[in-house]
Amino acid sequence: MTASQIFFLLFASATLVAAYLVVTVRNLIHAALWLVASLLGIASIFVLLDASFMATVEIVLYIGAIAILIVFAVMLTRRVMEDVGPQRTNTWWFGAILAILFFASASTLIWLTQWPTLPEGDVGNTVLILGKSLVDPSKYVVPFEIASVLLIVALIGSIAVALPSKQSE
Amino acid sequence: MGISNYQMSSVISLLPEVGLLVLAGVVLTMDVLLKDDRKHLIAVTTAVGSLLIILAALMYSQPSGDLIWGGMVRDDMLAFVFRLAFIFAGGITAMFSIGSKELAHRGDYYAIMLGAVIGMCFMASAADLIMLYLAIETTGIAGYLLAGYVRTDDRSAEAGLKYFLFGAATSAVMLYGFSLLYGLTGETNLGAIAPILASGTVSVSAICAIVVLILVGVGFKIAIVPFHFWAPDVYEGAPSPVTGFISTASKTAGFAVLLRVFIYGLAASEYWLPAMAGLAAVTMTFGNLVALAQTNIKRLLAYSSVAHAGYVLVAFVAYSELGVASAIFYLIAYVVTNLAAFGVVIVFAHTAGTDDIQQYAGMSRRSPYLALAMLVAFLSLAGMPPLAGFFAKFYVFAAAVKADMIWLAFVGVLNAIVGLYYYLVVLKVVYVSPAPDGVGSIDIPATCKIALVVLSLGIILIGTASSPWFNWAMKAAQDLF
Repeated sequence: MTASQIFFLLFASATLVAAYLVVTVRNLIHAALWLVASLLGIASIFVLLDASFMATVEIVLYIGAIAILIVFAVMLTRRVMEDVGPQRTNTWWFGAILAILFFASASTLIWLTQWPTLPEGDVGNTVLILGKSLVDPSKYVVPFEIASVLLIVALIGSIAVALPSKQSE
Repeated sequence: MGISNYQMSSVISLLPEVGLLVLAGVVLTMDVLLKDDRKHLIAVTTAVGSLLIILAALMYSQPSGDLIWGGMVRDDMLAFVFRLAFIFAGGITAMFSIGSKELAHRGDYYAIMLGAVIGMCFMASAADLIMLYLAIETTGIAGYLLAGYVRTDDRSAEAGLKYFLFGAATSAVMLYGFSLLYGLTGETNLGAIAPILASGTVSVSAICAIVVLILVGVGFKIAIVPFHFWAPDVYEGAPSPVTGFISTASKTAGFAVLLRVFIYGLAASEYWLPAMAGLAAVTMTFGNLVALAQTNIKRLLAYSSVAHAGYVLVAFVAYSELGVASAIFYLIAYVVTNLAAFGVVIVFAHTAGTDDIQQYAGMSRRSPYLALAMLVAFLSLAGMPPLAGFFAKFYVFAAAVKADMIWLAFVGVLNAIVGLYYYLVVLKVVYVSPAPDGVGSIDIPATCKIALVVLSLGIILIGTASSPWFNWAMKAAQDLF
């Protein structure tokens, strides 16, 4: 096992444990902080993959902006910090079996498959390549624009859903 | 690389999407500028704008059949036909939205719906996994918002949340399938993936896993068994115009992705055809049998739309040009017919305030024309000649028989008979049962009236003169093989 594989297992398991805690802890603030931990794990996997820009974006945007925003939103809107309802439905065991089966078959598949790998070496200036691809008509300019449409729709929609309606005033 | 590949024709082929985006901007501006008593003009603008976009597309954006924009989009007949259908559905939905008190005067609602239409257009034309995923998410997120738009109604909020949770989970599973596909082939373009899969370098078990994972995401969109759990609750809880939109346009967009990804991309069909045939039989049977027991018209139409997805799957597993053409024809007929059915539901609820089938008693005497529209729509859904639904089913079963899937065609015909029964039960309530005392005539808003007339004429026209439509579908199908 190489060093990077050991690091990968370390970061991946940390990410998974943190993600599990996000959905199981009862205190909302703790859940948000575990979310930060889990995002940090993903950022470190990006680092292992030589995607330093993606790692930075993950930390600056997801941790720096989104997770912190969630923390603030929780503190400003909810008076009840503690979730008191039941955490499991009656059929949780069925979901658990499905999840274990899915995990088992996916890991068997990954283990057995011969994965094509890229040759080792310098991939060049990834930020430059990424930036150029996003505005290149023969590359990703249409997906880039559609992402903006998606964000605008989400923005308008979230305002419309969150603002009190005129009738109820 | 770069600007040299840029061509005017690539821009023109995206004319419908650009038009929709402009229209969404116009609608949002009108929402700010117009006074409250003139807000109904927003719906009219959306509908007229959609019509203009369809006309402009027909005149200027005839498909070239090429991969454009760096292989992100395939500008072919298949995409063209579906895109026109989505824009049509969007325009009709805008006209029906006048019949919903909560939605009629909200410009943001129409803008989000147009956003969903843009997403659907790209779902039909995307030829690259990245483009495809973004298109699916644009449609999905707009759909979740629309389903939960009426915040004063708990059932609408529940529908929005349920749709969102199911959608997020299935889309994550599908994305995992996409990532495996990319990891194994090193390509994101469907056209480049197909030859790699055909060359046999990727193991059979891996292809099967990818097929299952992608099918989870697409199966959710088209609501086939066993990914249909969300459909009845979302259809019942969402505002009726949105339900009509989701059950027609969104489902058809899912089928466009199914055709594109499975026939164009994962062309190695021997891995998934038998399973799909089984799913088709189960979906038809389940949808129809459960629909028998429904007392709410929206739930009835929800289960019937599950069954209709099964019929389209029959055409899909026939796996031939005829099969794909009949699937496209079926979907077009289904969009027109089901929109008409939901239009009647919207107009009825506008006056009566209920979706209970028993309350439809004596509707033929309260509004003979609305009852007539319902008769046309439901008989077409049931597959009665000479309406659109009959020829759609006819072509589908013919394709199945031609592909030596006689058992599947047989199951389909049996199911059509079950379907006929519950559609006729509703029509019996409308035409035979006496109206309860003290109910007056039904008031039909003008835009709803126009939309219902257009749709009813469409159902009859697609049925009586089916060959030009089918030729169109045939031309679209040829793009996949």
